[in-house]
Amino acid sequence: MIDQQYFDDLVTNATARLNSDEILLVSAHTESTDFARFNDARVRQAGSIEQTTIDVDLIEGKRNTEATVQLSGDAVNDQARVDRVLERLREQRAAVPDDPYLVINTEVTSSHHVGDNELPDRDQALSAIAQGAGDKDLVGIYTSGGMASAFANSLGQRNWFETSTFNFDWTFYLRADKAVKNSYAGFAWDDAAFNRKLDDAAVKLTALAREPIDLAPGDYAAYLTPAALEEVVGLLTWSSFGARAQRTSQSALLRLLNGQGELDPSIRMSEDTANGMAPNFQEQGFMRPDEVVMIDGGKAGDPLVSPRSAIEFGLSPNGAAGDESPRSFAIAGGDLDADQALADLGTGLYVGNLWYTNFSDRPACRVTGMTRFATFWVEGGEIVAPVNVLRFDDTVYNMLGSQLNGLTSEPEFVFDNATYGQRSNNSVRLPGALLEAMRFTL
Amino acid sequence: MATVISPSSADTLEQRFRNALPLGIDEATLRVIDEESEWLAVTRGTVQPVHSSFDSGAMVTVWSGGGTGIAATSDVSESGLRAALAEAKRWADVTAERAIAVAPPSLAHSGSYASPHERSWDELDLGDRITLLRDVESQLVVDDRIVDTRASLGRRDVRALLLSSAGGQIEQTFNLVYPMLVATAASGSDAQTRTFGRGSYCGQGGVEVLDRYGFRDAAPRIGAEAVALLEAPNCPTGTMDIVVAPDQMILQIHESIGHPLELDRILGDERNYAGTSFVTPDMFGSFQYGSELLNVTFDPTVPGQLASYAFDDDGTPATRQYLIKDGVLLRPLGSATSQARSGMEGVANSRACSWNRPPIDRMANLNIEPGATPINALVGDVEHGVFMHTNNSWSIDDSRNKFQFGCEMGQVIRNGELAEIVRNPGYRGISRNFWRNLSGVGDLDSFAVMGTPNCGKGELNQVIGTGHASPACRFSNIKVFGADA
Repeated sequence: MIDQQYFDDLVTNATARLNSDEILLVSAHTESTDFARFNDARVRQAGSIEQTTIDVDLIEGKRNTEATVQLSGDAVNDQARVDRVLERLREQRAAVPDDPYLVINTEVTSSHHVGDNELPDRDQALSAIAQGAGDKDLVGIYTSGGMASAFANSLGQRNWFETSTFNFDWTFYLRADKAVKNSYAGFAWDDAAFNRKLDDAAVKLTALAREPIDLAPGDYAAYLTPAALEEVVGLLTWSSFGARAQRTSQSALLRLLNGQGELDPSIRMSEDTANGMAPNFQEQGFMRPDEVVMIDGGKAGDPLVSPRSAIEFGLSPNGAAGDESPRSFAIAGGDLDADQALADLGTGLYVGNLWYTNFSDRPACRVTGMTRFATFWVEGGEIVAPVNVLRFDDTVYNMLGSQLNGLTSEPEFVFDNATYGQRSNNSVRLPGALLEAMRFTL
Repeated sequence: MATVISPSSADTLEQRFRNALPLGIDEATLRVIDEESEWLAVTRGTVQPVHSSFDSGAMVTVWSGGGTGIAATSDVSESGLRAALAEAKRWADVTAERAIAVAPPSLAHSGSYASPHERSWDELDLGDRITLLRDVESQLVVDDRIVDTRASLGRRDVRALLLSSAGGQIEQTFNLVYPMLVATAASGSDAQTRTFGRGSYCGQGGVEVLDRYGFRDAAPRIGAEAVALLEAPNCPTGTMDIVVAPDQMILQIHESIGHPLELDRILGDERNYAGTSFVTPDMFGSFQYGSELLNVTFDPTVPGQLASYAFDDDGTPATRQYLIKDGVLLRPLGSATSQARSGMEGVANSRACSWNRPPIDRMANLNIEPGATPINALVGDVEHGVFMHTNNSWSIDDSRNKFQFGCEMGQVIRNGELAEIVRNPGYRGISRNFWRNLSGVGDLDSFAVMGTPNCGKGELNQVIGTGHASPACRFSNIKVFGADA
């Protein structure tokens, strides 16, 4: 991966080559990643990735054109690539009309963050995983390494945000689809913390050995772990909190926004940048506030507003990226003790994970999905048996509204394990949710 | 237009690769990807910033001492490749005692492929492309209740070069086109969206891809259907027959045939993420996957289909194979590596989304072969049912068995005739039962060659395009529901 000096030099040199009326914006993602994926506790694929991409936005007046360019890591070669992409963008600019929603951050706010690198070496991590797996059927992926997000413009702003993290996302399988999912992520490997995760998974694995039961479709009381709740609210984070989705009637929270749907008064959802893993600047150099509260007291709060939406819809931007999705999503905790979740549930379903959620009726905020991994039938606050997979189909207004009995008091912090294109620095902070009833259909 | 990254020639890369090979290894491969793309969009009457992308990088794989190591780098100079090969060798050494043994491919043959390309984009320059999008986007606005519109056009030109220390050299170029239209109509707290096949009208080629799918003329119909859906009643609920249009069939094929037949899932590689499969190795050769009307091919040879190629990313020559014939399951979607691990015959489906991700078992073009029933006969035999158009919601369990799919638009079938439009149509089923209810397969007149541009799978995560083709099909006794069910 490149360092800040390399990036700054690239942009400084490019700025010197601009025409007098041009403005240049450049954002970057760079990473150096080790990965190893496992099946049956053996390595299926393993290796390293070095990559750096920059997003270049060249502006003249009210016209702009954009490009993403892969850098090679060789300064002379990369400077030539940037020069050529600027030439390409100028050529394209001749064909594009003025952009009425173009807005540039002229308030120069520079920042610099480089986290400590305390990562384990690859042999240490692989040995710890092999030892932890023992004779169990372990499947999953380990990723580790440095990554940085950066922004610079021709007005002099410079932002660099670098972290070194690992993320081991894994499952112990007992048989067929009976399995326990877990993850261990952070900045420095701690054998004791990892072993606690292993012990917890082993306990659940023992419970999965019991004869599974099939439940008929119907309404059941349920406790959703934070991981399960993430699958439900993850749908909302894609497309429902942004100003553009809300103003064009495509947000799944349309009825909440129009006062025709209600969430429980305890529900508070926010973009919690101050306590997340993502940088506090977005790709056009606008700074993110510490927090944007999207739902408060169960009612609609502020949308996430990108600079373009701000102009188009007459709003104030609040640091959202172009997709207007949260990077550090949080739901505030409630009053329930997570250790008492089974007791509070009494009789019903303990849902360890949900899977493949999607809207079955977007305007109604109705969501369908499957149970997955450790899901148990509970009676009298005790696990009775694992449950074969069930499909749920219910509205968020029920699950986090009329049927919500409470949220656990200590939300869990979860690193995003996504690696589409690049490693993610997103995160979520979520409690568990106790539901009076949840609708299962198949 | 200026060239941003000039791809190195195959001969130059071959020379660098050979010079950089480390000593004492069993075999190594080099896979270089050079990609240039352009994404245009007009949204709510405004031309969005033109976005181009220029990507170049290489993945090397080293087999050594029983281990396999991978290294991906965006530096394809000789020194860059030397560093990557050394890194891959280190990974092979570290994992040798812990790895699932994978034999080197012994890739010694050569070959090439290029997308069929009838009409160059030079005849429709950037200004013309923007004008076209502005024109069709404006035609989506057919009513005051249309609140959101979008017309977009994506193009990707990809050069993939695979070299092996065993002497193999495969060079393939792909020209991919992705047109899209979206219209949303809204009233109060209700909104309905209609699209141009939800992105499935994509394929390989040039300007002709737009005309292949009627992109220039589709906008008024899409806008009108969005408004009609806003006024339409909910889809009826009950057990009934459904006729499924090709732009929903492709999703049905993808989720409940394609993924469960991926051999790496059957072997357990994906159990932590994408999932496993209800299909087990003993089922091949005998399991009645569907009715006798069901014939499914893996066919990367279809001209212009999204995932056509001559060789997969391991260099295995790609040929058409029946996966299901007369309803009987014959072979999995398993690459050479998975075939060696399982002892089963498969197909050439080792694919990676880019240079920075290793190949895994994937669908390519997975097609339902056309039958002999005209569309009016498919509909005519239905007393009470729904015609399902265009996927908009998909969810299936990790074994690819219990599914629930939603569509953008339904049309009631009553006494063999198409009747009123209904909104929020959905249906549920179980894969291992659903395909046995296939009661009619449309003929060539309803057959459409399409694709799914964004299939997510793998750890590391990968998004890749898959091709699907199908006629309209009829299924009997299916659980159908609407939004109020």
